[in-house]
Amino acid sequence: MAAGVAAWLPLARAAAIGWMPVANCPMPIAPRDHSKRQDELIILNVSGRRFQTWRTTLDRYPDTLLGSSEKEFFYNEETKEYFFDRDPDAFRSVLNFYRTGKLHYPRYECISAYDEELAFFGIIPEIIGDCCYEEYKDRKRENAERLMDDQEENKDSKLPNMNFRETMWRAFENPHTSTMALVFYYVTGFFIAVSVITNVVETVPCGSTPNQKDVPCGERYTVAFFCMDTACVMIFTVEYLLRLFAAPSRYRFMRSVMSIIDVVAILPYYIGLVMTNNEDVSGAFVTLRVFRVFRIFKFSRHSQGLRILGYTLKSCASELGFLLFSLTMAIIIFATVMFYAEKGSSSSKFTSIPASFWYTIVTMTTLGYGDMVPKTIAGKIFGSICSLSGVLVIALPVPVIVSNFSRIYHQNQRADKRRAQKKARLARIRIAKTCSSNAYLQRKRNGLLSELLDLTTSEEEQQHLNKSTSLLESQHHHLLHCLEKTTSLSLSLSLSLSLSLSLAVSQAHEFIDEQMFEQNCVESALQSYPSRSPSLSSQEGFTGTCCSCRSRKSIPLPNSSMSTTHTHTQGLQELSALHIQCAEQQGHSSSRSSLNMQPNEVGRFNCRERQITTAIISIPSPPAPIPEGDGHGPPNPGPSISTTASSNIVKVSAL
Amino acid sequence: MSCRKRCKRELLKFAQYLFRLITGTLNTDSVEDELELSAVRHRPEGLEKLEAQTRFSRKELQILYRGFKNECPSGVVNEDTFKDIYSQFFPQGDASTYAHFLFNAFDTDHNGSVSFEDFVMGLSILLRGSVQEKLNWAFNLYDINKDGYITKEEMLDIMKAIYDMMGKCTYPILKEETPRQHVDMFFQKMDKNKDGVVTIDEFIDCCQNDENIMRSMQLFENVI
Repeated sequence: MAAGVAAWLPLARAAAIGWMPVANCPMPIAPRDHSKRQDELIILNVSGRRFQTWRTTLDRYPDTLLGSSEKEFFYNEETKEYFFDRDPDAFRSVLNFYRTGKLHYPRYECISAYDEELAFFGIIPEIIGDCCYEEYKDRKRENAERLMDDQEENKDSKLPNMNFRETMWRAFENPHTSTMALVFYYVTGFFIAVSVITNVVETVPCGSTPNQKDVPCGERYTVAFFCMDTACVMIFTVEYLLRLFAAPSRYRFMRSVMSIIDVVAILPYYIGLVMTNNEDVSGAFVTLRVFRVFRIFKFSRHSQGLRILGYTLKSCASELGFLLFSLTMAIIIFATVMFYAEKGSSSSKFTSIPASFWYTIVTMTTLGYGDMVPKTIAGKIFGSICSLSGVLVIALPVPVIVSNFSRIYHQNQRADKRRAQKKARLARIRIAKTCSSNAYLQRKRNGLLSELLDLTTSEEEQQHLNKSTSLLESQHHHLLHCLEKTTSLSLSLSLSLSLSLSLAVSQAHEFIDEQMFEQNCVESALQSYPSRSPSLSSQEGFTGTCCSCRSRKSIPLPNSSMSTTHTHTQGLQELSALHIQCAEQQGHSSSRSSLNMQPNEVGRFNCRERQITTAIISIPSPPAPIPEGDGHGPPNPGPSISTTASSNIVKVSAL
Repeated sequence: MSCRKRCKRELLKFAQYLFRLITGTLNTDSVEDELELSAVRHRPEGLEKLEAQTRFSRKELQILYRGFKNECPSGVVNEDTFKDIYSQFFPQGDASTYAHFLFNAFDTDHNGSVSFEDFVMGLSILLRGSVQEKLNWAFNLYDINKDGYITKEEMLDIMKAIYDMMGKCTYPILKEETPRQHVDMFFQKMDKNKDGVVTIDEFIDCCQNDENIMRSMQLFENVI
């Protein structure tokens, strides 16, 4: 029962009294409405805009959010209203659905936003009224096509482990992926052009010897043309075989249009080779040569426009079919009429109806060669009617084909443009994302700092640290930390990230002193951890300096508190960057040098400079090549660090 | 109209059409004229008057009117709309015949449409009326031609309409003669003087003596 007519149920029930006198059996007991609520106004607060409606209006559709008890979850006790944190504009249509029973789709809404709203309020989109349903479906289809386009482009991304065959196939399909593919692409294109031109030039009469009539060039320079042809066919054969080898599904490849064109292009040559110069078969051989012109279709791999044209023709097949059918009908009609009209006249060229076909076609397409003309008056009248109708019949399906072509072409343009912009877009999105995902690791270092140093930091600095992370972030970080503890592994940044980080931070020269500060403290903190590294001896020295650090830390504190949180995190970023770079096991000498550069920039902190480098070296990380050859502390293999906690910490630094 | 006149008119129309075709006059939009049905707008009488005439309270009338106006913004229900609405309550069968009878029962002034006053009067009788009034209303429903007598044919029509509402899938399967048998049973009970028709007095008398019917009359007290 449609809930919209729920208002009429009382009438239907009251009218049931009409059945009572004729009823045979006693009636069942009527249900009682225990919750005899008076109809009340409900206030729905959607992002600040207040909507009001009767409760019974909402109760009409009990399987939606607003109609069921699900809305109680959104009830706000203080303000006595239902609060929804959603788009108020889209909510209008939702509420109108309850009021009128018809769901409308507002044209200015984004289709996916609207879908989400409907899903939130528990309304299925199929209820959309007929007035708006077409529009909704069209927009949805467009959207889906666009998304599918994007997904298809994603498939282009290089898979990490592709074997030779797959690489080759990818090179064939997308020539822009590698230089080799591009070279191959252009070479084949060149040879197709050469082959086609050869075929054309072959037939041109070139130079006539005095005692012979003009011979076509093909017969004059037979050998040259034969060599050219052979070369082209070799290239084409090789290309075809390579494609066949690389194709993921050979059977499907062999059935595809392009492969058929390839085969047709090279087959005549081989057949010509096989066949002898027999007189009987040479006629057939000549016919076969015609197929060589199909090589020009090989260009469709090189030209997107050709492909689009082919695709358009395929998609307009019905319109073309209609055009053909209507033309055929008209031709037959007019040919018959012309034949019988011209039957009387003498020496008429209209000898039979099929003969009149030629006249009709030429007239209807407004060519008018004039080799066949009607001579009788009736023939002329019908001839004029024929040419007029020809224009109409041809003009009708053409706009459909043209609009189809235009649509597909523009779609392709858009897809190309989007693909070009996609790289830039993705890069920007990636940077934005990585900035936020760094926060966790920075926070960890923050936490380490405060843990290990056991800093009795001032309140300000503590607040400072905490200010930079919101509650959400800190909870997220805690979660990741828990995961780490569970698996006794630890998260690490990737190299590219670290490089980008260091690049991002390299401009922060003026805040170097703080960075150095924290850097030192962290290093000393790390070193203060019990480890079997022979650098233990140096550790005392570090703790000594650590204390000095600490004491000195109090001085620049006012500065740091005055500086922005951005600076703070910047410092930490640099810190993390440095650590990452130093621990990088691929032996990036460049990064090392830059590492060394930075301490050098800060000329003032000479004493720390030494400390910095040694500290870095003595970090026990497995096969890290030691840069300065100080002989300090050979790299301690990781497993020597017994405690799991320490392994965690170490690994952090070993990032 | 004689054949000759008709042919003449057709010929004239065809000549007009040819003329318009050749001279290329634009087609006048003749379609839209037909759609200009009188947009009936009906406003009910005041709330006080309805309060006096019916046994509903002010608040109940407000609720009723809101529901009514929501379904029929123009203020009146015509027969097709009524059939539509009523059929939605009985999706398994064909309720249009019975809806037709119901419509006639509600449409007391027989003007082809049920206004809010008709609607609310009918409901007032059915829900708040005395047993006598209800039985009166039922009699009025059965008496299709409103002549004061229920004949067997009228009753058979009503009975068939009721059984139609049940639809095809019933248990036990509806047989052809079931409505007729039911009518016979009804007449046996109601028709005291066996004259083949049931009058209003016979009807009321008989119903008042039947416990089942009396009890079921009170069934829908709490509908509003």
